[in-house]
Amino acid sequence: MNLKLLGAAVFVLATLSFNSVWAEEAPAVDRTATGGAQTLEDIMARQQKLKVDETFRSENLGDPANAAPMTDQLGTRGGVSDADTYRSIRYNEFDANTQVRGPAADVMIQNGGISWYKLREGPIITYGGGALLGFIALLAVFYLIRGKIMIDGGPSGTTVQRFKAIERFGHWLLAGSFIALGLTGLITLMGRSFLIPVMGPDVFATLAAGSKWVHNNISWSFMLGLVMTFFMWVAHNIPGKLDWQWLKAGGGIFTKSHPSAKKFNAGQKIVFWAVMVLGFSVSLSGLSLLFPFQMPMFAETFSVINSVLGTEFATALTPHEEMQYANIWHSIMAFVMMLAIIAHIYIGTVGMEGAFDAMGNGEVDVEWARQHHDLWVAEVEAKQSKGELS
Amino acid sequence: MKVMISAFVASLVIASAAPVVLGQFGWSSAEQESSATSVRLD
Repeated sequence: MNLKLLGAAVFVLATLSFNSVWAEEAPAVDRTATGGAQTLEDIMARQQKLKVDETFRSENLGDPANAAPMTDQLGTRGGVSDADTYRSIRYNEFDANTQVRGPAADVMIQNGGISWYKLREGPIITYGGGALLGFIALLAVFYLIRGKIMIDGGPSGTTVQRFKAIERFGHWLLAGSFIALGLTGLITLMGRSFLIPVMGPDVFATLAAGSKWVHNNISWSFMLGLVMTFFMWVAHNIPGKLDWQWLKAGGGIFTKSHPSAKKFNAGQKIVFWAVMVLGFSVSLSGLSLLFPFQMPMFAETFSVINSVLGTEFATALTPHEEMQYANIWHSIMAFVMMLAIIAHIYIGTVGMEGAFDAMGNGEVDVEWARQHHDLWVAEVEAKQSKGELS
Repeated sequence: MKVMISAFVASLVIASAAPVVLGQFGWSSAEQESSATSVRLD
């Protein structure tokens, strides 16, 4: 029975993995008949959603070196025809002048917007959403196979304080705001595809506006919670040799053993650093989105990556492109973080007996603590006996 | 559980206060680059 469920989960994941969302390249086109201009084949290729190499027109912007003398007919345009000028506007190569002094005011057509939109509506939703559903399905299968991890011999009835009130406050500030951000972020990303067909555009407009308000403003709680938990727990999350032993034993999940651990085991440390690194990255890209055009960071990041890895990422990005990169990066980081947090929520609630108490009321059963954090309990008991003696 | 609920309430309070506080510093993204300040008529 369990093997059948596992097989079904693998089948679902494999189906999602092979979902084709990337466009194929269009075949090469001979444009001599049109003098290098667009042909019917180009138009047909776009209609078939093939990827057309647009350089034949994006780079065909006229050549001032070929300008006819001003004394000749048609010589005053300086070698650039009207068609050349329109193409330069189309591909943002036009030197525009405007009285508007806002950022990106001189960009009339931003070609990258189409790529961003396709990426956002296609692979980001397909793979991000698929990963979330697939991971939840895997956890359900794991739960059916492994069941709830119980306290061996049952709870002792005696408790020990695991987290102080301020630690739990920081955790729940971070957790509560993250869940709100995750839900409103998914509504913003996927609402057009999945909610408008169900509830209609009018209701969705209200929901989307509310989601935007919550997402933009509760982000400050998330960042505060992130900073609080970092400073409260970083000292306990420095990796050590003991973590390697814990990982080699698989945390005892499959062998039903209890490898030694201090206050945080290696699994918890992985979640801690994943939340910190991903949370920092999602916060930075979120700030860039919260204050449009004020915090461009991708051109400089690409420049550093290019100098270190020798890659050739574009370093001259338009203001819109900066925003688009920030949006896509924000989505990817958020999806990875959601996966990590779903695993964290699973093990902290239905996956393990007695785990939720640590963040619920701060007190855990001593037997639970001995089985999962033996070295930490020994430290606490040593401190207590020292206090009693003195 | 009291700590959990108070943290949730605190996150909502912070969210409600954020636009007001940011507005004090002129950081409101809703108002930035409005036409009155960003268009130069000369």
